[in-house]
Amino acid sequence: MEKLLKIDRRIIFVLVALAVTIPLLFRFKMAVPPTKHVKSMYDKIDSLPKGSHVLISFDYDPSSKEELQPMALALLHHCFKKDIKVIGMTLYPAGTGLAEKAIKETGKEYGKKSGKDYAFLGFKAGSSLVILNMGEDIYSAFQEDFYGKKTAGMLALKGVSSLREIDYAVNLTAGGIYEAWIVYGREKYHFDLGVGCTAVMGPEMYPFIQSNQLTGFMGGLKGAAEYETLIDHKDRAAAGMSPQSVVHVLVVCFILFGNFLYFASGRKQ
Amino acid sequence: MNKNREIYILFFVLIAFFIVSVVYLSFGWLDIWGEGLGIITAAAITLAMYSFLYKDNPVFKIAENLFVGVAMGYSIIIVWYNILKPDVFEALILPVFKDTGNAPQYSVIVPTLLGLFMFLRLSSKLSWLSRWSFAFIVGMGSGIAIPNFINAILLRQLEPMLTPLYSGSFWGTVNTLLVLIGVVSVLFYFFFSLEHKGPIGGISMVGIWFLMIAFGASFGYTVMARMSLLIGRIQFLLKDWLGIIQ
Repeated sequence: MEKLLKIDRRIIFVLVALAVTIPLLFRFKMAVPPTKHVKSMYDKIDSLPKGSHVLISFDYDPSSKEELQPMALALLHHCFKKDIKVIGMTLYPAGTGLAEKAIKETGKEYGKKSGKDYAFLGFKAGSSLVILNMGEDIYSAFQEDFYGKKTAGMLALKGVSSLREIDYAVNLTAGGIYEAWIVYGREKYHFDLGVGCTAVMGPEMYPFIQSNQLTGFMGGLKGAAEYETLIDHKDRAAAGMSPQSVVHVLVVCFILFGNFLYFASGRKQ
Repeated sequence: MNKNREIYILFFVLIAFFIVSVVYLSFGWLDIWGEGLGIITAAAITLAMYSFLYKDNPVFKIAENLFVGVAMGYSIIIVWYNILKPDVFEALILPVFKDTGNAPQYSVIVPTLLGLFMFLRLSSKLSWLSRWSFAFIVGMGSGIAIPNFINAILLRQLEPMLTPLYSGSFWGTVNTLLVLIGVVSVLFYFFFSLEHKGPIGGISMVGIWFLMIAFGASFGYTVMARMSLLIGRIQFLLKDWLGIIQ
């Protein structure tokens, strides 16, 4: 009993690694039913007519790439498939490369051109002030796009002068920036907003859903997998659901096992 | 475990990684002129980071420092090309010294100076100038934040609490009732001016249960997040690096 209570943590790490690797090697299919919060984001984008404008703010960096990049790709696939014009930007300097790669590569798949079908505005410092500036005039907030082209007269931005004209905005966030998007963006300029966040931040979103300040949210890899299922483009997130489920069962077993040993040993210190 | 054995393990892993990389490159499974070298570097750094799970070691330290350095270097370049170059250098400095066809934007001087004042924290004689920058930031920040936050967070978050208990459906009513009981009991738990005894103690105990459920949900989401990161990295190793899975 004492030995089991003082089990080497590295044994647990090996078990977790195996629980992730084996399901990835020997894939088994798992149904990923979409939750209503992800579905409402999907429905919102799906209901937009051709040529509408969806703004995606890629506010994350490589440390949360594994959760948020699949969401970004799924959203971009959906928008480009529906001929919706995408306006990409980031308020995280380290997220610029990831955002540019996602928007450029997905756009290429659908034959979309920068400046015409999508605009990548790049990074701007000041988060809340940038949002406020965009709410007043998008062209003064970003005079040039990421590639140095003037935003004034850009076809991808035709019909959009401020955040008020955006048909839908999605904030993919790994931090508290979603609050700035709600406070200085959605509440001030009245546009529909959805959030894609890391799983850790998931519970924080429910109050904003309840107050209708968010139309929906995607939480973590599971949220991305649900969106991939909805657009029928299963990729990395959907493939990650089988190891996710196995490892969750393993964690539950660890918790039960630990508690059983704790009580069986008479709660010794 | 003795130190020599650990050094042997480290060398064995490094040599194994080197052999795998050479084999993949020589057979053309990874393209050295394309993304191949980048994938090998990323795989090496990923493994170096995970080596910490075994024990703190020099390989991990190198990778850790590399990550911090690269992230900082990358951010500086992005800030220069996205902000300083177009908004300060090309808008103000360049037109002053060279005929670019554009008039210098002298209004940029004010924010540039305020920005430079921030760096004067490093000087004992001139650090007082940085207070101007901070005063501007704090003043403007609170001026913008306070009214907006009161409206968007406080008042808008109160709205769902003020809806009628009966919402037309049975489950909707149950949901509203749960929110009401949860909010009131948790507020009672954080009410420390009265001793938690009798009815107050009972209500605050209900609040503890609500808090426990909330913490449990947070823990579940946190486990999911951490595992997602691991899944992503293992997918990278098995798919992009080794090409074992498609």
